[in-house]
Amino acid sequence: MPGPLQYFIWFSCTLLEVAVLVCAYRRQAIRQYFLLNLYISCEVIASVVRFEILHHYGLSSLNYAYFYYYSDALLTILLFLALSSLYSQVFGELNAGRYVQFGALFLLSATALFSFAVVQQSSAKLLSHFVFELSQNLYFVGLVLTYILWAAILKLRETRTRLIQIVLSLGIYFSLYAANYALRNLYPSMESVFQSLNPLIGCFLPFAWAYAFWRIPDDARLEPSRLAVIR
Amino acid sequence: MMAVVILVCSLILMLQFFVSYCRSLIAASAKEPLPLEVQEVTGISRSASADDFSRVIQLLNLCPERPEDRSQLRVVGAYYRLLGFVRSTIALFAPSLKAWADRERALCAYFAAVTLGRRIAFSRNLLAQQMLP
Repeated sequence: MPGPLQYFIWFSCTLLEVAVLVCAYRRQAIRQYFLLNLYISCEVIASVVRFEILHHYGLSSLNYAYFYYYSDALLTILLFLALSSLYSQVFGELNAGRYVQFGALFLLSATALFSFAVVQQSSAKLLSHFVFELSQNLYFVGLVLTYILWAAILKLRETRTRLIQIVLSLGIYFSLYAANYALRNLYPSMESVFQSLNPLIGCFLPFAWAYAFWRIPDDARLEPSRLAVIR
Repeated sequence: MMAVVILVCSLILMLQFFVSYCRSLIAASAKEPLPLEVQEVTGISRSASADDFSRVIQLLNLCPERPEDRSQLRVVGAYYRLLGFVRSTIALFAPSLKAWADRERALCAYFAAVTLGRRIAFSRNLLAQQMLP
């Protein structure tokens, strides 16, 4: 069973996720950021169900392992779709929403095919390994897409502070996860250490989003050129 | 090999996102004028210097804490320490990087001074509420 610290991080993360939903509701941002809030709602539900399964079957049970990785893959796909909704917001004035949706679906399918091709060559438990591989690859694809979105924000001089902070925090989140997955592949003997970092990384995104919804008014604006590291 | 590429790319991009995120937190305070009392206490009038940050943080710790500031200050504090690390390591070989790090550290100090102003106002309000019959 997880220790008190792991339980504390887990509950804090779930509370932060609930806080995102409350803040978005209070600031009337549920509809504007619908897919982001849907993703957070699913995170809360998954967290509760994971706790129930853990409580009944234990940490080392197959039930918990299967549910953990399968729900993680589904949540990653949902986060990927949430990212595409941010693209739609940034490119909204160019009426490029349909192209963005098409591009997101194409990338999702391509990543799934690539993951399947990788797993097919070297795995007996095809579906389970496919799910793990897909999550890992989607984090990296998500990171690259977030970077492209950030470049578009700078290029199109998008000024909405809340949107900018949501995108930047998503970039930090994806890069932390992608780095963590890469470290797990590089040092398999230390997998348990890197895996224990996952819940801690998971806390960052709801924390940053709750802050963005609660503290930053919808009409707040800033100059994106002031934020660029490379000009 | 693929994992190394992913790791390096992730770390570079994370650094960029983190710097931009911290700047977005600081940006709003950069335009805010400092109250007179903060100018007197800190000696900062229009722009802060790179080394003012620790001094302003010491002053901040003397005031009652505002829950709204806590998380922002932690993130900006981490950014300030990262800049200090860059300044004392990589920037030794690139003078332009040192100048950039100093400008950013000065912005962090100004952000802390603006927060100090808010905390003083907050303490005043608290005191006023306690004085009410």
